[in-house]
Amino acid sequence: MIIFDFLAQYWPRLLSGTGVTIAQFFLAAVLGIAISLAMGLMKLSQNRILRGAAITYIEIFRGTSLLVQLYWIFFVLPLFGVSIDKFTAGYVAVGMNIGAYGAELVRGGILSVPRGQWEAALAINMSPARRMWRIILPQALVNMLPPWGNLMIELLKGTALVSLISVADLMFQAKQINGSTFLSAQVFGTALVIYYILARFLVTPFMRWLERAMARKLGKV
Amino acid sequence: MFDWKWDFVWEILPRLLVATGNTLLAAGAGYAIALVLGLVFALAQRTPYRALTFVVREFVEFIRSTPLLLQIFFVFYVGPQFGLRLSPWTSGMIAIGLHYACYLSEVYRGGIESVPRGQWEAATALNMTITQKYRRVIIPQAIPTALSGMGNYLVGILKDTPMLSVIGVAELIHVANSIGSEHYRFLEPITMVGIIFLAISLPAAGLIRLFEGRVRRKLGL
Repeated sequence: MIIFDFLAQYWPRLLSGTGVTIAQFFLAAVLGIAISLAMGLMKLSQNRILRGAAITYIEIFRGTSLLVQLYWIFFVLPLFGVSIDKFTAGYVAVGMNIGAYGAELVRGGILSVPRGQWEAALAINMSPARRMWRIILPQALVNMLPPWGNLMIELLKGTALVSLISVADLMFQAKQINGSTFLSAQVFGTALVIYYILARFLVTPFMRWLERAMARKLGKV
Repeated sequence: MFDWKWDFVWEILPRLLVATGNTLLAAGAGYAIALVLGLVFALAQRTPYRALTFVVREFVEFIRSTPLLLQIFFVFYVGPQFGLRLSPWTSGMIAIGLHYACYLSEVYRGGIESVPRGQWEAATALNMTITQKYRRVIIPQAIPTALSGMGNYLVGILKDTPMLSVIGVAELIHVANSIGSEHYRFLEPITMVGIIFLAISLPAAGLIRLFEGRVRRKLGL
C-alpha cells in the first residue's frame, strides 16, 4: 500500500493521537516549569530542610529513568490509596521528570545574575520575595532560555512513553495501527515525521521567539 | 510500612540482579556503538562535500528530535516487512546506538570546534596529513571539552535502556513487569528497579566526574 492510501485511511487516528500528544506536552510543560521553579529556588534556599528536600527530589528523578517513574506512579501509587487515571499519571510523570532537570537550569540561571543586581535591589529596600520576582528572575530567565529549548524537545520526546500505560497518544495510535495492519514502515515513518514537525517547526521556533522577545523586553537587543 | 514484603524482595532479587547485568550490557554495548558512530557523524560534517554534510546534519537533527521509543519500534518492525528479521537485542542496540551517536556527534563537534584555529594552521605548517592532524593535534585537545558531555550521555543511555523492554529485551523493567504480572505485586519489583537505578547512576556520575578530572590533569590542563 503506498503512503497516500495509507494516510487517507488512517489520518483521523493519527490526528487524534497527535492531539493527545500535544495535550500531554502542554500539561507536562506547565507542571514541569512550576516544579523547576519551586525546586530551583528551594535548592538555593538558606533553609537546610528545604535545600535537602530539593536535592533529594532532583537526585531521585534524575537518577532513575522516566519509564521507571511512570510505572511507579501508575502501578504503585494506587497501592498507597492515591488512584489517578492514566492520562493524569502520564503528564504528571513526564512533568515531574522534566521538573528535576529544569530545577538545575533555574538554579544556574539565578546564579548567573550578577551580584550587583542583588545588592542594588537590597539597597532600594526591596523585600526578598519582591527582589526575586522583579529583579532576579526576569534576568535569570533570559540566561536560561536557550537550554530550556532543548529541554522542551526532551519533554516532547518523553511524552511518547505515556503510550506504555495506554494513553492514546501518537505513539500509542501508531502501535495500534501497526498491530492491525503490519504496515510498519508507513505508520512508524509517519509518526516519526509528525514528531519531527512538532519539534522542529513548532517547539523550537516558539522557544527562539521567546528568547528574542524576552531579550528585547530586558533591553538586551 | 504499607504492605511492603521483604521476603518477596529477597525472592525476586536474584532475577532482578541478572536483569541488572543485561541493563548494564545493553548500556555498554549501545554506548560503544554510539562512541564510534558518533565520531563518524561528527567527521562527516567536517568534510568539504556540502551534500554529505547537509544530509548528515539533517539526519542527526531528525534523530535528535524524535522519540527513542518510536525509533526502537521502527527498527524492530520495519525490518521484517522487507524480509530482514532482527532479534530484539540487535534492533535495540541499533536504535539506541544510533540515537546516542547523534547526541555524541554534537558533543564531538563542540569539542573539535573548541580547538583554536592556530592549532590547525600549525599542524598544516608542519606538513601533517589530515589523519595526523586529527590524531596527533586536534582530537587530544578536543577530548577535555567533550568529556563532560560524553559522561552525561553515558548515564543518559543507562537511563534510556528501559525503553528496550517494549521489544522484549530482558532488562530491568521488563523483568520487573513480568514479576509483577506473575505475582500480582508491582510495589516491590518496580520500587527495587528504581533503587537499583539510583544505586548505579549516582555513583556512576561521581566516578565519571573523578575520571574527567584525572584526564584533564593528565593532559596538563
